[in-house]
Amino acid sequence: MAHAEALNSFESGVARPRQSAPPAIEVRDLVKTYRGGVRALDGLSFSVHAGTIFGLVGPNGAGKSTTVKILTTLSRADSGIAKVASLDVMQEPARVRLAIGCVGQKSGIDSASTGRENLTLQGRVYGLRGKELREGVAGLLERFGLAQAGDRVTRTYSGGMQRKLDVAMGLIHRPQVLFLDEPTTGLDPEARADMWREITRLANEEGITILLTTHYLEEADRLAQRLAVVDRGRVVAEGTPEDLKRGLRGDTIHMELAQSEDAERSRGVLSGLAELREIAGEGRQLHARADRGAETVPQALAALESAGIKVASITVSRPSLDDVYLRHAGRAFREADEAGAERKTT
Amino acid sequence: MTAVTHSLYMAVRHMRNLARQPLYIMFTLVQPVIWLVLFGQLFKNIVRLPGFGAPSYVDFLTPGVVVMTVLFGAGWSGMGIIHDLDLGVMDRFLVSPVSRVALIAGRLVQLGVVAVIQSVLIVVLGLIMGARFPGGILGVVVLIVCAVLLSLPVGALSCAIALLARKEETVIGASNFILLPLTFLSSVFMAESLMPAWMQTVVRFNPVQWAADAGRMALSAHPDWGSVLARAVLLAALSVVSAWLATRAFRAYQRSV
Repeated sequence: MAHAEALNSFESGVARPRQSAPPAIEVRDLVKTYRGGVRALDGLSFSVHAGTIFGLVGPNGAGKSTTVKILTTLSRADSGIAKVASLDVMQEPARVRLAIGCVGQKSGIDSASTGRENLTLQGRVYGLRGKELREGVAGLLERFGLAQAGDRVTRTYSGGMQRKLDVAMGLIHRPQVLFLDEPTTGLDPEARADMWREITRLANEEGITILLTTHYLEEADRLAQRLAVVDRGRVVAEGTPEDLKRGLRGDTIHMELAQSEDAERSRGVLSGLAELREIAGEGRQLHARADRGAETVPQALAALESAGIKVASITVSRPSLDDVYLRHAGRAFREADEAGAERKTT
Repeated sequence: MTAVTHSLYMAVRHMRNLARQPLYIMFTLVQPVIWLVLFGQLFKNIVRLPGFGAPSYVDFLTPGVVVMTVLFGAGWSGMGIIHDLDLGVMDRFLVSPVSRVALIAGRLVQLGVVAVIQSVLIVVLGLIMGARFPGGILGVVVLIVCAVLLSLPVGALSCAIALLARKEETVIGASNFILLPLTFLSSVFMAESLMPAWMQTVVRFNPVQWAADAGRMALSAHPDWGSVLARAVLLAALSVVSAWLATRAFRAYQRSV
């Protein structure tokens, strides 16, 4: 079913989520506790329509990679249901493996082999042989701009080239579902933009379902048709990036005070303005929400000035996924990210 | 069938990667030469001990160095697993349809090929240094087969330790901790008849001894083929058990990720 769907959209050149088709990925109440009692997943649920890009977004340690490991049969959940291409990952791991491509957080490239050798071995493992394999390998090298470097040992590749080869290896057997675990972490901006183009093309032109994890909110915003915000092993918000942002009424106003001593007093002053709500901040930084940000700025400035408080800068922004995270997880994204990274390394 | 073809694919990968490290190849070839020359000189006069039972020490030592070299090479095979784990190569294979057996067997095939090359080189060097093997070519072939049969269980267990511990230090530590005593608790350097009584008992349960003993018997003028075969069968059985354990170690690894 899902395969036919993928082929169809490949031929027609467009892939649209079809509500009637079974979801390409279905996750319900997934729980996973690691030895030592760390509860990585705590009742995680979401589903992904065939042929779409779905983003799992969250800070370090939120449970994104654990989810990918379970869905790709590397790891097992303690309880819950996980289906990929309508196959239960716990019951039929062998069939799931044939249906998926996986680009893990760690590269997965044999650094002592060439790009072509890496791809060829990967294809062989999936049962490709002879001409089909040779052409598949050559085609992918070409497509990812690695044709020239194909016969060089991958140790000599740049980070961006290695990542491209990783994705190519995930595609050699034409999977229905592709998992990309933090595909652009550690890439320079140019390589990241490259990768974004490639990911979009895969979903749009080939109808591959893509599950992408990222802790760059901007990345999910750019790529994913739908996303789930994950925090501490649970989905705290799900929807299209637009839906999620629309849920936050109005704009965010960021202010930087000239002196941090004024922080408390300025909060008092600002809370006197009816237009502003959710006033918060740290040190010289203050932020608040307003229905019409641009119109509220002069009022806020005037109020602060008459109280003798100097403002160094003030900006208004449309709601971002940062704000979505802040609202649903109850803490700032960067803060959670750093806490998670620390937990991981200790 | 899949397991066999996948093992060959993996073996090709390992051989190719090895061939790209000429310096490493040089070390693996020079090392046994050093053992043979060094121990050959150091223990030269040991044959004068009453009851040693060999006409010249180099006759006695050559098969011992073959076994020892292959043994230590096998002990390191887990390092390749660690390398694959660190790079993420292992995880990528584990989410693919590749046979788990092949991930171990591919390494063992490579280990066997390297063992044969090293063994032939040591035997040739032994001959140059004046060793004589009445067992002839057949004896040499049987010696090499026994050495390879020893490398399989040791290599498989090294891989299992690597999968469970996931640290280079543990693999290095464990292989030194286990293999050095096993070498000295065997007739690699010293005739069994001259060992203390308790050691002679212990030695009987040592796989390194099975290989050294069987190889030496095969090189003698009138080999007791029954005893040779018995030891080879023991080694083969141990290989199967170890390979099974190593494959099981993947489950333990996957439970922990």
